[in-house]
Amino acid sequence: MTAVPAPAVSTDRRRLTVHETAIGDRIYEIVTTACALVVPALVIAIAIAIFAGAWPAFSKLGLSIVTSSDWDVRAGRFGAAPAIFGTLVSSALALIIATPLAIGVAIFLSEFSPTWLRQPIGFLVDLLAAVPSVVYGLWGIFVLVPLLREQVMPFLRDRLHLGATPFFSGPAYGPSMLAAGVILAIMALPYISAVSREVLMAVPRSQREAALALGATRWEMIRDAVIPYAKSGIIGGIMLGLGRALGETMAVTMVIGNRAEISASLFAPGYTMASLIANQFSEATSDLHQSALLAVGAILFVITLIVNAVARWLVWQVSRDRAV
Amino acid sequence: MKTRLARHWISGSMIGLTYLAAVLATLPLLLILAHLIRKGAASLSLSFFTHMPGPVGETGGGMANAIVGTLILISIACAIGLPIGIGAGIYLSEKRSMPLAQSVRFLSDVLNGLPSIVMGIFAWTLLVRPVGHFSALAGGGALGAMMIPLVTRTTEEMLRVVPTSLREAALALGYPRWRTSLSVVVRTALAGIATGALVAVARIAGETAPLLFTALGNQFWSTSLREPIAALPLQIFAYAISAYDEWHAQAWAGALVLISIVLVISLAARVVTRSKFGAPVD
Repeated sequence: MTAVPAPAVSTDRRRLTVHETAIGDRIYEIVTTACALVVPALVIAIAIAIFAGAWPAFSKLGLSIVTSSDWDVRAGRFGAAPAIFGTLVSSALALIIATPLAIGVAIFLSEFSPTWLRQPIGFLVDLLAAVPSVVYGLWGIFVLVPLLREQVMPFLRDRLHLGATPFFSGPAYGPSMLAAGVILAIMALPYISAVSREVLMAVPRSQREAALALGATRWEMIRDAVIPYAKSGIIGGIMLGLGRALGETMAVTMVIGNRAEISASLFAPGYTMASLIANQFSEATSDLHQSALLAVGAILFVITLIVNAVARWLVWQVSRDRAV
Repeated sequence: MKTRLARHWISGSMIGLTYLAAVLATLPLLLILAHLIRKGAASLSLSFFTHMPGPVGETGGGMANAIVGTLILISIACAIGLPIGIGAGIYLSEKRSMPLAQSVRFLSDVLNGLPSIVMGIFAWTLLVRPVGHFSALAGGGALGAMMIPLVTRTTEEMLRVVPTSLREAALALGYPRWRTSLSVVVRTALAGIATGALVAVARIAGETAPLLFTALGNQFWSTSLREPIAALPLQIFAYAISAYDEWHAQAWAGALVLISIVLVISLAARVVTRSKFGAPVD
C-alpha cells in the first residue's frame, strides 16, 4: 500500500469549524445519495418507457402477440411466438452445451489445476466474456456456420443417424438454431464458470478434508462434499449465463438465419426476440409495428429481469456466508 | 459395493474430464483470436485508420469515421457513466448495510445483466423518438446508462479493499467525513477505480445492439452530436452481413482493431489490479 497519502494535517493551516464540517458532510451525503438513486431510477424509467411504448400493441393485439406465430408486417399481424420459441430453444441449447464445460473448468481451476496454470486458464476463460458480441457474430458467419454446414450437420444427421429424429432432420443450410446455440454456449460459458469457481472456492477446506479423511476418492469428495455445498451458487451462475443467452443480440442475429417459423429441427433457421428487434426496429414505419417490437422488448425485459434477480439472489445466498 | 479400484478409476477419469473441459473452454478464444489475426492483418494497413470507407467493389479504404465515431460515443458515455457510477459506488461503500445501499447494489447487478438491446430501445424512446432523428447523443446516452451499474459495482469493490484503520485514523485526526472519504479512502483506491472505469469502457466499446437505433451509423464523416454517427462495431456488423468480399475483408480488419483495444484494456486492468492489491482477483 504505497499509495496511501500521509494525512497532511500539519500543513493544513485553515481549520474547519464544526459547522463547516457538518455542511460539507451534508453536501457530500446528498451528492452520493443522488448518484446512488440514479440506479433504481434507471430501472423504473426503463420499465415505464418500454411498457408505455408497448401499450398500444398489448391493448390492440392482446394475447395473440405471444400465442400467434403469424408475423406479417404488411398485413399488420404481429405474433411473436416464433421469436419467443427461438429465444428459449437457443438459450436452452446453449446451457446444455456450456454448463458441463463451465462447471468442469471451474472444478479444474478450484481443485486440480497446477498453481502455475490456474491464473492463465482462468484469465483466458474470463476473456471470453470480453470479446465483443459482433466479433463472435463475424466469426460465426465465416467460420462456425460453414463448419456446421459442411462437417457437423452431415455428421450428426447421416453418420450418427440422428436424422431420423425431428431435431436433426432437414437440409443443412448453415444459419440455424444450432449455430445460435453454439455461439451462445461460448458466450455464456465465462459467466457460468466465473461464478461457479467463486462459489467452489468459498467452500471451506474442512469440508474437503473431512470427506478425504472418511476415505473418499478425490472425485467423491467433489461430488459428495463440495458440490452440494456450492449447489445453489452454481445454479445462480447457470441462471446468470441464461440471462446473458436470452438477451444476446448481435451474434445471434448474424447466425440464426432470421426466419419467423417454429421448427423442431435445430438445423432450421429461426428468430429470437432480440434478433427480431435488431432486424426490424429501425425500419418499422407503422406505429403498430413499432409498438409490437417494443412489446417484444418488454417481454424480454421482464424475463431477463426475473432470471437475473433470481440468479443474483442464489449467488448471494452462498457468498454471504463467506468470511466477511 | 464398488471395489476400491473401480472407485479410483472413476475418480481418475472424472478428473481427466475436468482437464478436458479446461482445454475445450479455452479453445474457442484461441481459435477466434488466431482467425482474427490471420484474416484481419491481411487487410489492415495505415489507410484503414486514415481513410473513409470506399465504395463497393474497390479494395482499400478505411474506417476513419467509425474510429472517431466510437471515440466520441465513448466520451459521451464516460461523461454520463463515470461521475454517477463513481458517486454511487462511494455511497455503497460508505453506507454498506443501509437498506437503500443493499437495494442499489442488487439493482446494479440486475441492470448489468439487462440485454443491451433493451437499453437500446430505452434510449430510443427517450432520446430519439421525442426529437425525431437518430443522434450520437442518443448512442452515447445508451452506452452511458450501461456504464453506470458497471462502474458502481467496480468502484464499490475497490473501495472495500481500503482498510478501515485508514479511515479511522483520518477521522481521529479531526478530518470531516467527506474529506476522509475523498482524500483518504477514494485516493487510496484511485488506481483501482480507474481500472474499473477502463474495464467498463472496454465493455461498452464493443457494444453494437444499443447503437442500432440510437447512433444508427453513418457512411460519411460526421462529428456532430445531433447527427447519426458511425461506430466501429456498427460498421463491422454492416460489412459482415453485406454480400461483398472487399467489405468482408474490412469487417475482419475492423474486428481485429476492436478486439485489440478491448484485450489491451483488459490485460492492463488485470496487471494493475494485481500489482496494486496484492492478491490476484479470483
